[in-house]
Amino acid sequence: MTDLNRLTLAEARDRLRAKETTSVELTEACLSAIDAADALGAFVHKTPEIALERAKAADERLAQGDAPAMCGLPIGIKDLFCTKGVDSQAASRILEGFRPEYESTVSQQLQDAGAVMLGKLNMDEFAMGSSNETSCYGNAVNPWRRGNDDAALTPGGSSGGSASAVAADLCLAATGTDTGGSIRQPAAFTGIVGIKPTYGRCSRWGIVAFASSLDQAGPMTKTVRDAAIMLETMCGHDPKDSTSADLPVPDFESMLTGDIRGKVIGIPKEYRMDGMPEEIEKLWADGTAMLRDAGAEIRDISLPHTKYALPAYYVIAPAEASSNLARYDGVRYGHRAKLAQGDGITEMYEKTRAEGFGHEVQRRVMVGTYVLSAGFYDAYYNRARKVRTLIKRDFEQVFADGIDAILTPATPSAAFGLGEMNDADPVQMYLNDVFTVTVNLAGLPGISVPAGLDAKGLPLGLQLIGRPWEEGDLLNTAYALERAAGFVAKPDKWW
Amino acid sequence: MSIDLETAAKVAKLARIKVEEDALPALASEFNTILGFIEQLNEVDVAGVEPMTSVTPQRLKRREDVVTDGGMQDRILSNAPDAREGFFAVPKVVE
Repeated sequence: MTDLNRLTLAEARDRLRAKETTSVELTEACLSAIDAADALGAFVHKTPEIALERAKAADERLAQGDAPAMCGLPIGIKDLFCTKGVDSQAASRILEGFRPEYESTVSQQLQDAGAVMLGKLNMDEFAMGSSNETSCYGNAVNPWRRGNDDAALTPGGSSGGSASAVAADLCLAATGTDTGGSIRQPAAFTGIVGIKPTYGRCSRWGIVAFASSLDQAGPMTKTVRDAAIMLETMCGHDPKDSTSADLPVPDFESMLTGDIRGKVIGIPKEYRMDGMPEEIEKLWADGTAMLRDAGAEIRDISLPHTKYALPAYYVIAPAEASSNLARYDGVRYGHRAKLAQGDGITEMYEKTRAEGFGHEVQRRVMVGTYVLSAGFYDAYYNRARKVRTLIKRDFEQVFADGIDAILTPATPSAAFGLGEMNDADPVQMYLNDVFTVTVNLAGLPGISVPAGLDAKGLPLGLQLIGRPWEEGDLLNTAYALERAAGFVAKPDKWW
Repeated sequence: MSIDLETAAKVAKLARIKVEEDALPALASEFNTILGFIEQLNEVDVAGVEPMTSVTPQRLKRREDVVTDGGMQDRILSNAPDAREGFFAVPKVVE
């Protein structure tokens, strides 16, 4: 059997349980695919020895009949997750050589369930970016191209390596993290599924922090069913993260009935942006029709503070980042600058951080420092937190009015070319997250589902936003949308 | 609100990031672009609105105030750029 790396999690799980294949075979297929795909820049630290060792252990568990859903399934881990003894540097020079002595809770839960780690995946530095172009490893590349044009496209960001790897079948699924859209935007750009759960569903312990009140981990997968399977393993209460929710985790997969009759889907008018490409408009209208045909009631809604989500985000996220990234001082881990004669500890901090942080990270840390500085704290930071309250209230209002889920485009465009945004000002790049960032500010679950191709043959995604803690219901609506959209396209292999 | 070179230098200093003199004009200009974008927030009526402290309305969990872990000095120092005699080593701080 060839092409085992092309299987979904569910297909591979079923074959493992039926003894039609082994975890070692699945893992070897993925490892070969990874070695043949260096042009994608997706895997930045490969761990074949660990993978084969865990695959053998998984096969033993499977033989004994002790096989949780993820047992034996090969996956990739975003570089933002600390993995014991394996390089974990958040795609930053400042963490060069850092090998944690501990494992993040989410990757530990996956490991405990028998999942096989193939290696670490590329991303934007400290998850700050929307195109994977701020990585210290270089760009991750989208396996999709515009027809016969061989221009390299971005897989999106920050989880660009995860998206590229899953779309190119280098692994069956991958972990991602999402602070402003970093799971959902790359998923949309590469024709895969990505879900950011409710804030507090997944433990943040051991995940390199960017903006702690917004960061959430989630799965990036080939199908909605796979997202349900993997999310369940990633979720759960963790005493080591004080914001982790002590709530039972349902069996998400069993909730995928595809029956959404009577569900009320909201279409927010504020997401209809000026200058939105016609193809995105059409995709959104098509998706709306699909949900209506599946028996849902469609209702126009208003989320009046949508416009202010991005500016609020670009106060709150840098503010939290400037605080979180203060720990990179050249003392406890990672890079320390070479010092000149007479340099003291302040020079050590300043040179280390100038050498270790890339341009975008430096810029955000400094913006965060500014908005938190004496005299500006109220004008910027506190005002942004008040606007955040209003943004959340918008959602609470529509949910109270009976809306079950909200349908929006996932991104304002299809994947753009690497380097295309080089001359744009930073705000132009930030606009990529215009449809996703509201969800982080409100702490809600959101999922991106591939729903069509644009005229150049690139995938486009739709986003569904759910009620807090109701990922099961959200996944079921996404499942209905996925079935109706029937997206099966794959990128032609050029790498 | 516009950021001048002096403010840009001050922010870099506060953030403990060394920025060369000749890089300050570009930095100040980027700050101004971003802050210009953020200025939109002034349009919002926030009178009487509480600033958000927690996105999910739950109280942080408490635990017993006891030691749960420890005794791993070697592991804690294992990633240090400079560790000596069981300590993190840094340039001289006190004369």
